[in-house]
Amino acid sequence: MGLKEKLADLRQQGLQEIENSQDLKKINEIRVKMLGKKGPITNVLRGMRDISVEERPKVGQFANQVRDDLKTAIEEKRAALEQAALDAELAAETVDVTLPGSPVAQGQPHVIQQIIDQVVDLFVSMGYEVAVGDEVEQEVYNFEKLNLPKDHPARDMQDTFYVTPSVLMRTQTSPMQARMLEKHDFSQGPLKMISPGKVYRRDTDDATHSHQFNQIEGMVVGKHITMADLKGTLETVAQALFGDKLDVRLRPSYFPFTEPSVEADITCFNCMGKGCAICKHTGWIEVLGAGMVHPNVLKMSGVDPEEYGGFAFGLGPDRFAMLKYGVDDIRNFYQNDVRFLNQFDEKG
Amino acid sequence: MKVSYQWLKEYLDLDVAPRELAEKIARTSVDINDVYQPADGLKKIVVGKVVAMQDHPNSDHLHICQVDVGEEQPIQVVCGAPNVTTGKKVIVALNGARIADNVKIKRGKIRGVESNGMLCALQEIGFSDKIAPKDYSAGLYFLPDDAKEGEPVFGYLGMDDTIIDTDVTPNRGDMLSMYGNVNDIAAFYGLQSHFKELPVEENGTENTGDLVSAKIDDHKIAPTYKLRVIKGVKIADSPLWLQIRLWNAGIRPVNNVVDVTNYILLKYGQPLHSYDYDRLPGHDFGVRHAKEDEKFTTLDGDEQTLKANDILVTVDNQPVALAGTMGGEGTAVSDQTTTVALEAAIFDPVMVRKQARRLDLHSESSMRFERGINPATVETALNEAAELIKELAGGQVTKGIVTGSEKSAADKQITLSLAKVNHVLGTDLQMADVEDVFSRLRFAADVKDDDQIEVTVPARRWDIFVAADLYEEIARIYGYDNLPSTLPVMTRNRGGLTPRQRFIRASRHDLEGMGLTQAISYSLTTVDKAKQFQIDPVAEPMKLDFPMSSDHVATRMSIISGLLIDIAYNVSRNVNNVALYEEGRVFLPKGGERPEEQEHLAGAITGQMLANDWHTEDRPVDFFQVKGIVERYLHNMGLTGKVTYVADQSRREMHPGRTANILLDGQLVGFLGQVHPSTAKVYKIPATYVFELNLESLIAAPKVANEYHPISKYPSITRDIALLVDDDITNAMVMDVINKRGGAFLKDVHLFDVYSGLHLPKGKKSLAYTLTYQDDNDTLTEDQVNAAFDKVTKSLTDTLGAEIR
Repeated sequence: MGLKEKLADLRQQGLQEIENSQDLKKINEIRVKMLGKKGPITNVLRGMRDISVEERPKVGQFANQVRDDLKTAIEEKRAALEQAALDAELAAETVDVTLPGSPVAQGQPHVIQQIIDQVVDLFVSMGYEVAVGDEVEQEVYNFEKLNLPKDHPARDMQDTFYVTPSVLMRTQTSPMQARMLEKHDFSQGPLKMISPGKVYRRDTDDATHSHQFNQIEGMVVGKHITMADLKGTLETVAQALFGDKLDVRLRPSYFPFTEPSVEADITCFNCMGKGCAICKHTGWIEVLGAGMVHPNVLKMSGVDPEEYGGFAFGLGPDRFAMLKYGVDDIRNFYQNDVRFLNQFDEKG
Repeated sequence: MKVSYQWLKEYLDLDVAPRELAEKIARTSVDINDVYQPADGLKKIVVGKVVAMQDHPNSDHLHICQVDVGEEQPIQVVCGAPNVTTGKKVIVALNGARIADNVKIKRGKIRGVESNGMLCALQEIGFSDKIAPKDYSAGLYFLPDDAKEGEPVFGYLGMDDTIIDTDVTPNRGDMLSMYGNVNDIAAFYGLQSHFKELPVEENGTENTGDLVSAKIDDHKIAPTYKLRVIKGVKIADSPLWLQIRLWNAGIRPVNNVVDVTNYILLKYGQPLHSYDYDRLPGHDFGVRHAKEDEKFTTLDGDEQTLKANDILVTVDNQPVALAGTMGGEGTAVSDQTTTVALEAAIFDPVMVRKQARRLDLHSESSMRFERGINPATVETALNEAAELIKELAGGQVTKGIVTGSEKSAADKQITLSLAKVNHVLGTDLQMADVEDVFSRLRFAADVKDDDQIEVTVPARRWDIFVAADLYEEIARIYGYDNLPSTLPVMTRNRGGLTPRQRFIRASRHDLEGMGLTQAISYSLTTVDKAKQFQIDPVAEPMKLDFPMSSDHVATRMSIISGLLIDIAYNVSRNVNNVALYEEGRVFLPKGGERPEEQEHLAGAITGQMLANDWHTEDRPVDFFQVKGIVERYLHNMGLTGKVTYVADQSRREMHPGRTANILLDGQLVGFLGQVHPSTAKVYKIPATYVFELNLESLIAAPKVANEYHPISKYPSITRDIALLVDDDITNAMVMDVINKRGGAFLKDVHLFDVYSGLHLPKGKKSLAYTLTYQDDNDTLTEDQVNAAFDKVTKSLTDTLGAEIR
C-alpha cells in the first residue's frame, strides 16, 4: 500500500469517526488523535524518505490536504454540536410570552390638568405669558375693577363665598385682568396673558354644579388689537381642543367687563350639528365667553382706553372635560377615584 | 322670553322658518333656549261634542259618554271628569293618540265598559299646572262652541304656534317684550315693522285726578309712576285669542282685567298692576320703604315680614303692593270688582331685585323691573291697557292720567369715529355701512365728516351708554360671521413659562413618573381637617363668612387631609392600592387682610404602589418607599442645599416612630411618614404613608447648574464594612463619621444591609456599607486604600462604639 493510499484511508477513517461523534469531548479526542504530533498522519509522513524525490512534493501536498480536510470536518462538527447544545439550552429557557409583563409604577396628570396644560401650551406658543393669581381675592379686584359695582345684577349670577366684606374666594379668574393691566409695562409691547386657576362659587354640589372648579382667563391689550383678532384666537383655541372640522360661531352675550361681549359655540361634536341631547338639540355647544375689554376696566386699571384696547376671554376646563369625554357628573373631578383618573391617559 | 312666532308675524313680514329665525336671533341678539311647538309629540287629539251621557253602572263617578268626533257614529268614551257636560265641545284623544308625557291612548274597557278614547284636561295635552286656567284645573277644558268636531284641537288652542324661547342676557331687558324683539328682528333682516299701538279713547266723564292721587316722595324708588281708572268693568274670562297669547308665553289666564295687564307686559315689557278701586284703603297713592318687620299679605295669601330695604306701594300710607314684585291680597281684582285702578310705573331695579330675591317672589314683572323699563312706553302701555280693558270688560276709562313721577325718556347722543370702529372691530367698513346699521336699528345718525358720525340712541335701548356699546351694535348687525378672522400681530413678547411655573410643572411630571397619579381635591374643608398635617402649624384657618355646607367652611392649610379623603373614597369602593399626589395652594392666615397662599406638593399612598402580580413579590408601601420617592424628587429638583431627615414625634396626626421632618440646609420644608393609626381610623383608611413639601421654599432655594465632570479613567476600589452598633445609633450618624473621616479618595458610601434580630445581641443592630475609593488623577494603591479605610474603622469604633464584624 502506498503512502497516498494510506493517507486516503486515514482520511476516510477520520471523516467517519468525526461524522459518528456525538459530543464535543469526542471531537476533541479525534482532533488530538488524528492531527497530533504523534498522530497517524505524522506517522505516515515518516515513510516519505522511502519514496522518490519526484513523488515527495505530491505526497506532501496530499498529506496537507488530508490534514486540512480533517480539520475542516472537525471544526464543522464542533460548530454543529455547539449550536445544537446552545439550541437545547435556549429551548429549555423558553418562557410563555403571553404572560403579562412586570408592572411599572406610572402616575398620570389629572384630566383637568391635561386640558389646562394643553390650553396653556397653545397660548405660550403664541407668545402669551402665564399669570397665576391668588385664590383668595380682594372684592375690589373680583368685582369692582371688572365693572361690576355693588348691586350689579351679574353679581347675583355668581354666588360668592365671602370671608369679610372686602375679601372673598375668587368667583372667576378675571381679577387677573385688572391685576395684570396694573402691573404691565406697556412700553415693552402689548400684554398677552393667560391665567388658569381654581375658582369658587357658593353652590350646592350636584352633577352639574361644583363649589370649586377651574377657569382659564386670557387677555391681550395693546395698541392694535381688534375684534377680528379675538375671533381668530377663539377659533384657534376651539379647533385646537375639539378638532378643526368643527365650525365656530360667535353670538352676542353679556359680561360686564367686556363690550362687545360674545360667546363662542362650536358645532356639537356628538351629532355634528344635527341636534342631540348633548347640545340640547341646538347643534351647538357653548365653549367660551369673550369680548373686547370694556373701556371702564382699562380706565380703572390706569390704562388709557383711547390709546389701548384689546380682548379678553374665559373658558372652563371642567366643562371642556365634561364635553370632550362625556363626563356626566362634575363631582368625579374632585373625588379622585383612581378608576376615574386612570381613564384619561395622556397620549404622546 | 317665550316669543310666539305667530305673534311676531303680525308685526313683521317674515319669510323664514321659525328655526332659521331662532338661529339668526342667537347669532345677532340673544341666546336661544329652545324652539318648539306646544303640539310637539301629540297626535290624534281632536274636537269632540258630548252628545249623550249616562252614569257608569259600576262606578259612583264615571260617566259613559257618546262623543261626536266628526265620524258617522259617535264614539263611546268613559270619562271620570266631574264637569263633563252634554252639548259641550271637548278635547278627545282618539284610539292611538299620543297625549302629554308620551302616553299612548288605546281602546279598552273601563270597569267593564268599552271606552274608545279619552276626554282630556289641558294638563293631559301638555299644559303645566301653572298655566292651565284655574276654572278648568280640576276637569275637562271646553273648546269654543263653534269648534268643528273631528278637527285637531291644536289650532283652536294656539298649540300650532312655534315658540322661540330666548335666554335674555341681563343687559338686554328690551328683549323681554314683543316690541324689543320686533325692533331687533326688523333691524337684522332689514324689515319694516308693523308694530301697532292701540290709542285710548277716554269714554268716562269723571277726571281720574278726582278719583286717585299719586305723590312720590322718593323718586329713587319709583322714577315713573302713573295711574288710570276704569269704572264699571265686568270681570269675566278673556277671549281665547288673549288666553292663547298668555299661555303660550307661560302665563296663566285669570280674568279679562289681569290678562290685559299681562298681555301688555308681553307686548311692551311694561309690568302693570290692577287694583280693585273699591277695596283700597283710600285714594292717595305713594311709594315708600317698608318699616322693619312690617307685615303685608301678598295676593298669594302669604303674610310677608318686611325689611327696611323693601319697597311698597301705599294708599293712604297703607301698603297695597310690594312695589314691582307682587300685589296685596286685600286689593286684588276679583270677580266682584267693578272699578279698576291701573298702575304703570318704573321701580328701582336693585330694590326690586333684592326684594324679589329675599322673599323668593320672582315673577314676570320683577324680572322686567330688574332689567330696566323703557321710559318711553310707560304711558303708551297704560293707555293701551285701559283701552283693551274697556273693550273686553266694558266700563269707562276716566279722563286723564295721574302722574306721581316721570323719568325722562330723552335720547342719548354718542359720537363715533369710523376709523376707531374699524380699529376696534378689525374691519374695513365704509361710512355707508355704518349708516346702514343705524338706519336698520332706527337710530338717527348724523354724519359730521368723513370720520365722525353722531348717533342718537332712543330711550328704548337703555343698555347703550358709550361708544363701545355702539361698536357691539355695528358688529352684531353687520354680523359676527362677517368679521375677518386674524391673530394679533406678533410682537416682541416672548411669552413662555416662568422658572417658577416650570418648576411646578417639573414637580408634577416627576411624581407621575414615579407612579403617583395627580389628584385635585377641594380647597375648602372643615376647620378640624384644615388644621391637620400642617408643615409649620398655624393656629386657625381662614373661615368663610357664610358657608354653604358644613364640609366646606375653611380653607385648607395642608394638602394631605384632602388626599386622605380621596383615599377613603377609593378604599370604600374596594380600590385598595392608591398612590396620589396633589400640587396646589394652601392658605395660611398670618395677620394680613388675606392669608398667605403657598404652593405645596403632597402625596399619599396606601396598599401597594404596584398591584399584586405573578412575577413580583407583594410589597405593601412603607416608610422607605415613600422616602425614596421624596429623595428622588428632591434630587431631581437639583437643590444645592443639604437635605436631611430628622425623626419627629411632635405631629399629632403622624406615627411618632415613623415620621421625619425634611430640612433643607436646616430649614423645615416638609415632612413624611405614616399617618397615625388613630387618625387613619377617623378617616376610615388603612395604613397610609404621606408626605408634604412647601414648594415655595424649594422654588426659592438655589439650584445646581448642570455641569460636566470628567469620568475618572483610573480604577476604583471598594471595601465592605459591617458594623455592630447600639440600636440608637442611626444611619445618619454612621454616614457622618464615614464621610468626615473617609479621606480625599472616598467617592461613595452605600448602605447595603441592615439587620437586627435573633442572631445579634439584644439592643444591637448590624449595618453594612460599601465604600468606594477612586483617585481622579492616578491609580490608587492598596496601601492608600487600606490607610484610608483603617482611619474610618477606627473612627467608627472610637466615636460610635461600633464593633467591626
